[in-house]
Amino acid sequence: MNRLKYVLKDKVAALSLSIIAVTTVAGVFAPFIAPHDPEEVNMELQFAASSWEYLLGNDHLGRCMLSRLIYGIRPSMLWVFAALVLSVTIGSIVGFLAGYFRGKTDAFLMRVCDVMLSFPGYVMTLAVIGILGVGFENILLAFVLMKWAWFARIIRTSVMQYAESEYVKFSKAIGASHLKIMISHIIPVALPDIAVIASSSFGSMILQISGFSFLGLGIQAPQAEWGMMLNEAREVMFSRPELMLAPGLTIVIIVSAINYLADTLQVALDPQLMTSKNKQLGFETTSIAKLEGKGVA
Amino acid sequence: MNLLEVNHLKIWDSHTDRVIIPNSSFHVKQGSCLAIVGESGSGKSVTCRAIMRLNKVGIRQSGDILFKGENLSELSEKEMRKRRGKHLCMILQHGMRAFDPSCVVGVHLKETLAEHFGWSQGEIIARMKSAMENVMLKNPIEVMNKYPHQLSGGMLQRVMIALALVLEPDIIIADEPTTALDTISQFEVVEQFLQLREQMGCSMIFVSHDLGIVKLIADEVLVMKDGKIVENGTTRAIFTDPQHEYTRYLISTKQVLNQHYKKILGGVSFAER
Amino acid sequence: MGRYITKRLLISIPLVLLISFVTFAFIHLSPLDPAEVVLHSQGVPKITEELIEQTKAELGMDQPFLTRYLRWAVSCLQLDFGKSYVNGKPVWSLLGPAFINTFKLTMVSAVSIVVLSIVLGVVCALKAGKMVDKSIRGASFFLTSMPSYWLAALMIWYFAVKLDWLPTSGMDSYKSYLLPVTVITINYAGIYFRIIRSSMLSNMNEDYVLYGRACGLPEKKITMHILRNSLQVAVSVFCMAIPIILGSTVVVENIFAWPGLGTLSVKSILSRDFPIIQAYVLVLAVAFILFNTISDIINAAMNPKVRNDL
Repeated sequence: MNRLKYVLKDKVAALSLSIIAVTTVAGVFAPFIAPHDPEEVNMELQFAASSWEYLLGNDHLGRCMLSRLIYGIRPSMLWVFAALVLSVTIGSIVGFLAGYFRGKTDAFLMRVCDVMLSFPGYVMTLAVIGILGVGFENILLAFVLMKWAWFARIIRTSVMQYAESEYVKFSKAIGASHLKIMISHIIPVALPDIAVIASSSFGSMILQISGFSFLGLGIQAPQAEWGMMLNEAREVMFSRPELMLAPGLTIVIIVSAINYLADTLQVALDPQLMTSKNKQLGFETTSIAKLEGKGVA
Repeated sequence: MNLLEVNHLKIWDSHTDRVIIPNSSFHVKQGSCLAIVGESGSGKSVTCRAIMRLNKVGIRQSGDILFKGENLSELSEKEMRKRRGKHLCMILQHGMRAFDPSCVVGVHLKETLAEHFGWSQGEIIARMKSAMENVMLKNPIEVMNKYPHQLSGGMLQRVMIALALVLEPDIIIADEPTTALDTISQFEVVEQFLQLREQMGCSMIFVSHDLGIVKLIADEVLVMKDGKIVENGTTRAIFTDPQHEYTRYLISTKQVLNQHYKKILGGVSFAER
Repeated sequence: MGRYITKRLLISIPLVLLISFVTFAFIHLSPLDPAEVVLHSQGVPKITEELIEQTKAELGMDQPFLTRYLRWAVSCLQLDFGKSYVNGKPVWSLLGPAFINTFKLTMVSAVSIVVLSIVLGVVCALKAGKMVDKSIRGASFFLTSMPSYWLAALMIWYFAVKLDWLPTSGMDSYKSYLLPVTVITINYAGIYFRIIRSSMLSNMNEDYVLYGRACGLPEKKITMHILRNSLQVAVSVFCMAIPIILGSTVVVENIFAWPGLGTLSVKSILSRDFPIIQAYVLVLAVAFILFNTISDIINAAMNPKVRNDL
C-alpha cells in the first residue's frame, strides 16, 4: 500500500492513473455517455466542424466523432487489456511451472517458448490473420498466442529467483506442499514483477493492435475503433487532415499515460530502485521490456 | 610527522540529506600503516574515497584533508588528478571488477603509467614485468595480455599491488583488499602487502574487517561504527586493552577465527624465515 | 572463435527445421480449403466437388502430410515456394524483390537508429539529470507513445503535401527513403537510446571506473572505457533490432506504398494467397534466426567472456 502511495505522490502518475480510469469507465458505460449513436450516418453533417451538439465534429459519413471515439475505447483499450490479461495468465502459469519445478518441465517449456519467440512478432500475427482471416478477434487471438511465450520467459526468471530463496527452501524442508508454497510464498512476491512486465507492454500492444486495424486487417467498418477511424481519415487526408487529429491524439494520450504509469510502477515496486540515486537506472528493464514487446508484437 | 591529516571530515548524501560520516578526524604518520576496522556500512570505504575525492556524484564532503601539508579539498580537479595514482594510490576490494572487462589487463597499466611518467611502451612493460615478478606473479607478460575474467581475484589484486610498486606513491589506500578472496589467496596477498611496506616504506591505510590481518599489518587502528570513530590507538593497545565496548565485541567475535588464521599464517611465515 | 561460430550455427539448424515444419503445418489449420481458395481466386464460376478434387490433385493435396512437407521443404531450399494462387506467378519472383526492398529500408533505418541512439544515449548519460537529458527523454517518451502510422500520415501531410518537398509514396529515389526511415527511426530510437543511456550509467558505477580515476586517468580516457563497454550492449541490441525492424515495417510500408514484404504480405492476406503467406513467414523467420545468430557471434567477438561460456 505504501508503494501505491508512492506512485500517487508523483503528480504525473496520478494524472495518468485518472486518465486511464476515466477512459475505462467511459468505455464500459459507452452507451450512457456517448451523445450519439456511433454508427448513425447523417450525410448532411459530412465533415461538419465541431459544434455544441457534435463536440468533435463529424466524419466523412457525418457520424459523431466523439461518440465513435468513446465506443472505440472498447476494442482499442478494453479488449486489448483482456487479451493482455489472458496472455499474462498463460505466461504466468507456464513461467511458474518452469521456474518452480525446473528440470525437464523447464527444459521442455522453454524450448517451446524458444520456437514461439523465433518468429518475429508482426510476422506471426500476420501469419495467424492470414490463416484465420481478417478480423479483430483473430488479431487478439494472434496476440495472445504470441505474447504468452515472452511473458513466460520473464516470469520464469523471476520465479526461479524466488524459488531459490531461503524461506522457500525452509518451507520445502518442513514439508509444505508445492501448491501451498506457490500460493503463500511465490505468488505474492512475483506479482509485482508480473504487474510491471504486463503494464509495460500494454502501451505497445494498444499501438500495434490499432496499427493492424489501420491496415484494414482488424475491425471491419462500420464499427468504431481508433485505428479504423484513422484509416478512414487517411482516405480524406489531403482534403480534411483535421480528421486525423482526434483519434491520433487520443491514442497518444492514453499510451503515454499507460507508459508513464508503467515506468512509475516499476520504480515503486522495486525497492532497490526506490532511492533517487538509482531512479534513472530503473528504466532499463522497462525499456527493454518495451523493446521486446515491440519485437514480439 | 603526519603524512595525511584528516580534520572534521563530514560526508553526506545530497539527495536524501542523510549524513554518512558526521565528523571524522584522524591522521596517518609517515611510513606507518593505519587500519580502519568496522562492520560493513560503517563508512570505511566512503572515508577512503573521500580522501581520494572519488565518491559518487550525489555524495558531498566537507572538511580538510591535508596531504604533505597541502589541502586536497582545495585543489582543482586537474591538480587532484595528478595526485591520484602517483601520490595516493588505491587498491580495491574486487580485483575482478577493478579492470575494464573488455580490455586486457595491460591496457590499464600502460595507460596509467604513460599518464604519470610518459614512459615508452617498452619501458612500461619492463618495469611492470619486474614489479609483477616481485609480487610472485608468474609469466607477467602473459598476465598482462589476459582479460580480467581469465585471472583470479588474488592475481588481479597482486597486479594492483604491482602497479602500486611501480607508481611508488606516498600512501596506499587499500579498501578491503582481502575480503573477496579465499583463505589461501588472502594469505598470499597479505604477504605482498607486508613486503610492499618493507620495500617502499610508504604509508598505508588498510581497510578491513578481518582483525587477524589487521593485527599483522597495522601500526595503528581506527575503529568505526555507524560513521563515527569509536576508538583510535596503536594496534597493540587496541588488541590488548580495548577501551570501547564495540571494539571489545569485535575482538571477542573474531577471536576464535583469528587463532585459527594466525596458526596457518604464522606457521607458514615461520617456515619461510 | 571458429569453434564458437560452428557451435552457434549448429544450434540454429534444428530451430530452422522446426520452424519450417510449424510454418507448413500452419496453413493446414486454416478453416478454408486451399483448393477452394484457388478456384475462387481464379474466378471459376461454379465450384463443384469434382473440380475441388481435381485441384487438390493438381496441388498435390491428396498425398500424406509428411510426404507433402518433405517435398515442400526440399523445394524451399531451392527457393521454389510454389506458385501464387491468385496470379499463378512463382512466389519467389514476387517475394525476392520485395524482400530486397524491405531489406534496403531496414538497413538504412537501422543505421539511422544506431547513429541517433548512440549520440542521444551518450549525451544523456554524460548529462544525466540535467536539462538536456530530461528534455530528450521527455520528447522521446511522447514520440514512442505515438502510433507510427499516425506520425507517418502527419509527416506525409506536412512534408509531401503542404510543403511538397518529398514524394508521398513509392520507392523512386533517395528522397523516397527520407520519410519512412524517419518514421521508423523515431519509433525505435526512443527505446534504443534509453538502453544505451542506462548501460552507460550502470557502467559509470562500476569499480573499473573508480579504479581508473583512482589511478589518475583523465576523464576522456575513462569515458572511452565506459563507451567501449556500453557499446557492447548497443551492438548486440542493434543486431537484434535488424530482424525486428525487418518484420515490423508492415505498417510503414503500407502507408508509404513501399514495394516491400509488408505491402506484399497484407495484400496476400486480404486475397488469401497462402503460398505467399507461407513463404513470407518462413523467409522472415529464417532471417530472424540468422540475424540473431550473427548478433550473438558479433557479441562474442566483442565480449571475450561470452565466448568462453558456450
